Amino acid sequence: MPRGTTYEHAVRKLILDQSKRAHVGHVGSSMAIADIVTLLYDRLLKGQDPDDTDRDRVVLSKGHAALALYCALALNGHISSSELDTYCADDSLLGVHPEPELKGVDFGTGSLGQGLSIGAGAALAARIQGSRRRVFVVNSDAECNEGAIWEAVMFAAQHKLSNLVSIVDMNAQQAFGYTRDVIDMEPMADKWRAFGWDVHDVDGHDVDVMEDVVRSLDFESGPPHVLLARTDFGGGVSYMRRQIKWHYLPMSDDDYATALSDIQIRQTERKPASGQGANGAVAASPGKRGRKAKT
Amino acid sequence: MRGTFVNTLCELANADDRIVLLTGDLGFTVLEPFRDAHPRRFYNVGVAEQNMVGLATGLAEAGLIPFCYSIGTFASLRPFEFIRNGPVMHHLPVRIVGLGAGFEYGTSGHTHFSLEDIAVMRSQPGLDIVAPADFEQARSALLETWNGANPIYYRLGKDDRNTMPGLEGRFALGRAQKVRDGDDLLIFTCGPVSLEVAAAAEELARDHIESSVVVVASVSPPPEADIAEALAAHRVALVVESHYVNGGLGSLVSETAAEHGLGTRVVRLGVRTGGRGRSGSAAHMYSRHGIDRAGVVRSARQLLTAARG
Repeated sequence: MPRGTTYEHAVRKLILDQSKRAHVGHVGSSMAIADIVTLLYDRLLKGQDPDDTDRDRVVLSKGHAALALYCALALNGHISSSELDTYCADDSLLGVHPEPELKGVDFGTGSLGQGLSIGAGAALAARIQGSRRRVFVVNSDAECNEGAIWEAVMFAAQHKLSNLVSIVDMNAQQAFGYTRDVIDMEPMADKWRAFGWDVHDVDGHDVDVMEDVVRSLDFESGPPHVLLARTDFGGGVSYMRRQIKWHYLPMSDDDYATALSDIQIRQTERKPASGQGANGAVAASPGKRGRKAKT
Repeated sequence: MRGTFVNTLCELANADDRIVLLTGDLGFTVLEPFRDAHPRRFYNVGVAEQNMVGLATGLAEAGLIPFCYSIGTFASLRPFEFIRNGPVMHHLPVRIVGLGAGFEYGTSGHTHFSLEDIAVMRSQPGLDIVAPADFEQARSALLETWNGANPIYYRLGKDDRNTMPGLEGRFALGRAQKVRDGDDLLIFTCGPVSLEVAAAAEELARDHIESSVVVVASVSPPPEADIAEALAAHRVALVVESHYVNGGLGSLVSETAAEHGLGTRVVRLGVRTGGRGRSGSAAHMYSRHGIDRAGVVRSARQLLTAARG
C-alpha cells in the first residue's frame, strides 16, 4: 500500500480494480461496506490467523459483497495479490459470493438471511467453550426482509449473546428498488431495540466512530449488539449513489476512471465525496485521528 | 426408537462434551433426560427450524457436535437450504434428527408426514442418511456414526419396543443388512415400516413363497455393492418404504439396478398420492397406501404371478 494511503482507500481501490478487470457487478454493494470491512480487518479482529481456533469470527451475511472481503484478506496477507486477480475467473475460489474453502473465510454465504443464525451459533459456541472470542456478522438492510433474520435476532436476545455484533449495511437500496419502496424496514432501530438488542445508529463510513462504538460494547454480559451503519451505495463513487443499476452493472472504462477519481478526491481531502448519505446520514468524515492503515 | 436414541445420546454426551442438543420446541417427555443431565448443552431454540440449523452450523465450525431435533418434515424441509448451505457446503458434523418416519404422526395429518425427507436429503452429496428399522438398530447406528465427519440426517420412528426379526441391531455405514434369505422374491425396506415387511415375509413363507429381506438403514452413503449383489440373485424385487416412491429407497434400488445393468424387475411400494385431507393411525395410513403387511403380501403375489406369466 503506498505511503499515506488509508486502509479504507486501499480497499476501495482494489474493489474498483478487480470489478473492472473481472467485468462483473455488485461493485456498489462492495464499495458500500469498504469502511465496515476496514473496521473489522484493520481495527478490530483478534487472531486473524485462520488456523487460530480462538480467533474472532466474521460472517459476511450479505455475501454478494465478498469482493470487499477478498480485498481485506489480500491487504492483510491472507491471500496473495495474484490469487486476488483470479476473482471471478474460471476455477477460482474467489467467486462473487464467499466460499468456505477459501482460507480466511470463516463461513460461506450467498443466500441472504442465513448468516446471522450462523453467527449466533458461533457466538453460542464461544460461550459453551468458555472463550472470549467475538462474532461479527455483516448484514444488510434489505437482507432483513428475510424472516430467518428475525429468528436469529430473537434467539440471540433470549440467550444474551453479548459476544455477537451485527453490523447492518443500511445502504437503502436493494436489487430491484429502494428499500423504502420495496419493504420499508424503518424504523430499523426501534425494531432491533424492541427485540432486545443493544442498538447503535452510526455513520457507516466513519471508521473511527464505529471503532469507538464497538470498543465501548460490553462483550461479557447483556444483550447482543447491532450497528445500523448508514452507508452510501457505491461507497463514495459519485455516479453510483442512489442508483439501483449499480447493484449489478459492470463499469465501462469511463465509469472506472471517474470512480478512481472520486475515491482519490475522497482520500486526498479526507472528507466525503458527496454531502449526505442515502439515508440522510453524513458520509465518511475525515479520520479523526489521522490514523493510517497498518502496513 | 426416539427414546433409545435420546438415552444413547445422553450416554455419549456424558463422555464427550462436544455434543450439544438443539430442539425446535419438540421432544416433550422425550428430551428431558438430556436436558436434565446436560443443561448447558441443551437449547430449546423455539419454533424456528431454520435458525436451529444455522446455529448448529456455527456451533459445529467451532468443533462442537450439534444435534437438531424436530419432526421429520420440519427438520428436513423447512430448513433445507440452511442444511445445504450450512453443514453440507461447509462439510461440518451437524446432525439433523427427524422424527416420524413417514406416517407415524398419522392423526396429525399431511403437514406432519415425512414423505419426501429421504428424497431431498439424498440430493445432497456428503450428507449421510440413516434410517433405522428399529430401536436396536437406531442405537447401534448412533454409536457408529455420531462422531463422523459428514453431516447426518437421522430418520427416526417412535417405537421403542418392537424389533425387526433377524436384524439384531446390526448397522454399518455404507452396508445393508440381510435379515431373511429366500429365493423367490427380494424385498428391500427401511425405517419402522420394515416390521410390516417382516410380517409379510412370514405370511408369504406360510404359502411357501420364500423372500430375501434386506434392510437399508444407511441410505447415504448407499450400500451399492450390497444392493447390486442382492439384485443379481433375484428376478424380481419389491421396495417397501413409508415415503413417496420418487426419490426414496425405491429410487436408490432402481438406480442401482439400472447403473449395474441388472435385469431384475424392481417394483416400488410407497406413497404415490398426495395428501387428500384424510388421516388416521400409522397402521391405517400404511394400509391405505398398500405398504402394510397385507399390502406387501398382495403386491408380492401379483409381482410373482406376473413374473411367471
